[in-house]
Amino acid sequence: MKAVCWQGIGEIGVETVPDPQILNPRDAIIKVSSTAICGSDLHLYGGYVPTMYRGDILGHEFMGEVVEVGPGVTNLSVGDRVVVPFPISCGNCYFCEKELFSLCENSNPNAHLAEKFWGHSPAGIFGYSHITGGYAGGQAEYVRVPFADVGPMKVPESLEDEKVLFLTDVLPTGYMAAEACDIQPGDTIAVWGCGPVGLFSIQSAKLLGASFVIAIDRFPERLAKAKQAGADVTLNYEDVSVLSTLKDLTGGRGPDACIDAVGLEAHMHGATHIYDRVKQAMRMESDRPGALREAIVACRNGGTVSVPGVYGGLIDKLPFGAIVNKALTIKSGQTHVHRYMRPLLERIENGEIDPSFIITHRIRLDEAALGYEVFRNKEEECVKVVMKPGVEKPTGAHVH
Amino acid sequence: MSTESFDTPTSARSTSETAQYASPYSSYSEWSQEEMEMEARREFPLEPRQLSNFLGWFSIGLGLAEILAPRALGRAIGVGDHPAIMRALGVREITSGLGLLSQRATGAWAWSRVGGDAMDLALLGAAARNPDANPQRIAMAATAVLGVAALDVYASRELSGRELPATDEVVSQSLAINSTPQALYAFWRNVENLPRFMAHLESVTATGDRTSHWIAKAPAGMSVEWDAEIVRDDANEGLAWQTVEGSEIQHQGTVRFEPARSGRGTIVRVEMRYVPPAGKVGVQLARILGEEPKVQIKDDLRRLKQLIETGEVATTLGQPTGRRSLIGRTTLGRRMQ
Ligand SMILES: [Zn+2]
Ligand SMILES: [Zn+2]
Repeated sequence: MKAVCWQGIGEIGVETVPDPQILNPRDAIIKVSSTAICGSDLHLYGGYVPTMYRGDILGHEFMGEVVEVGPGVTNLSVGDRVVVPFPISCGNCYFCEKELFSLCENSNPNAHLAEKFWGHSPAGIFGYSHITGGYAGGQAEYVRVPFADVGPMKVPESLEDEKVLFLTDVLPTGYMAAEACDIQPGDTIAVWGCGPVGLFSIQSAKLLGASFVIAIDRFPERLAKAKQAGADVTLNYEDVSVLSTLKDLTGGRGPDACIDAVGLEAHMHGATHIYDRVKQAMRMESDRPGALREAIVACRNGGTVSVPGVYGGLIDKLPFGAIVNKALTIKSGQTHVHRYMRPLLERIENGEIDPSFIITHRIRLDEAALGYEVFRNKEEECVKVVMKPGVEKPTGAHVH
Repeated sequence: MSTESFDTPTSARSTSETAQYASPYSSYSEWSQEEMEMEARREFPLEPRQLSNFLGWFSIGLGLAEILAPRALGRAIGVGDHPAIMRALGVREITSGLGLLSQRATGAWAWSRVGGDAMDLALLGAAARNPDANPQRIAMAATAVLGVAALDVYASRELSGRELPATDEVVSQSLAINSTPQALYAFWRNVENLPRFMAHLESVTATGDRTSHWIAKAPAGMSVEWDAEIVRDDANEGLAWQTVEGSEIQHQGTVRFEPARSGRGTIVRVEMRYVPPAGKVGVQLARILGEEPKVQIKDDLRRLKQLIETGEVATTLGQPTGRRSLIGRTTLGRRMQ
């Protein structure tokens, strides 16, 4: 089959590899119909996540048709159309029983590596470095899905791929980030970063009753999409001072909750940005936390900072004094996707959410290298790239 | 037990494992030297060994520069002209670099680097008060040293925890498992289940109610065998076993199944001890146990947990991959793919 492989920092290629096999009783094989490139895939592409190896198959946002099931999978049949959550979860362990699926104790075969970095291991993740299991990902024609009796969710034929694909990651991730803000009537929520996760955070904050949502980015096309997602005000941080504008908009108090949907490759201005760039380039600091620092400083006293953005390692100059003295609550975590898929599918079915508005690029699987490049450089107003393995010419290729 | 099994302690044994681990892309010939070197630069070192090698060579390089070109280096980093101090620093760097590369007690050597970093920082601080010093360059050098210091501390902590243990020391590990002491006891008491989660075992065969014959895998398809006996059997609470008298290898183990607080499953506590004999068998055994018996036993317990809780052992062995590099093929071996 064809699969998108990591070939080194900044190098992606489509290689012909063997088809996946059932390796465990609870496995299934999925024929991928749609798969997306995630912002967090760019961190792998840029070399900011350790334990990547040449030949690793990428991709954790994918859906398709069940073509084979192991003897332990009784709830799926060949031919079922399913979306697959990005964390791999057993459904049996302490954390799975508490519905903290991204913390599954049994799905990371390389748990010893994760323990070295983080003290404990999270769940395995498809196509996301060896520290989270080294599982072959779904940017391929076929993919092996472990614990297929727990993760994949059947979707109705009436909903096309583009409406349900984002249930695999970015929609639940944005939703969980907004839910973590414990939104009360009258609340103001500020969202840093208007990529897919930021856009769904904005949309979810509105769904959960936020009175006023402020979106922060520097790309006009992304700020336009933020408006579409329901943002009341958009701030271009190249034009205005974010901190003073936020104070201004909230009568000096600051937003009730701040969401950092940017993560470890934040783009900021001034001396600290250069400091972070240099340290990150020299691998002295793995993450560049510009948005997080600003969110912490901006947040009102007693407020919540919710962090769906990806961080992998160490950050410097975190204003911890602000967290303590302003009594902030920090919420984070890889998304417990399984928990949100069904309720969000219902919202899609009844028309409350149409997640397909974030898609700007539809390409073939063998155009992956170009897709990654365009997405990383945010060329052609790129927000989300969807690949369709098996489709000769996806409708709307390179159209936004 | 029969002593025969120890007459040929290392029998050639071709295991199906080796075949399974061979990648379908095992031909290296298509790779040029250049390509492989490029790979080496791109991929991240995984093992603390590689980290200590890196720090070792870094120390030696820096040390040589300090000894051979003290004035130029002093000017470059802006601390002014202090060749004697520079040369002393160079000697210190090279000593700790050689120590790191010799790989013996690497933790201590890495900590000597941390000490050295502190010294460098103190000197840079002193130099900053010196009128002929260039404050901007000193600040840059201090930032670099701070970064290296962070790496040093990281490596020291990694290495200190992972030095080669004396093989006869008792290794203990514990893990919470979502099951009852009864079920776990029953699973373990059937000793033939042990190879399903103890990676170094090829087979355990019950030879009586309390006795069993163990075969452990060694690299290159070799194996080591011994007989063991259950010496303590507390139903649903724990077990203790040891090799029978006269065995070439002395091995003891205990396992206890403690109900966890508030009904949160069972805490399984394992203690194991291997006393290898001198000579060939001893060498084989050391290889089987690997450099980190503690990590290996923890991984065994994790596999037990997976088997008991999910009915299978999580794996990626046998999944497709794109073309691996030389580094990938050598580092990603038995454990992952
Ligand atoms: Zn994603
Ligand atoms: Zn689990």
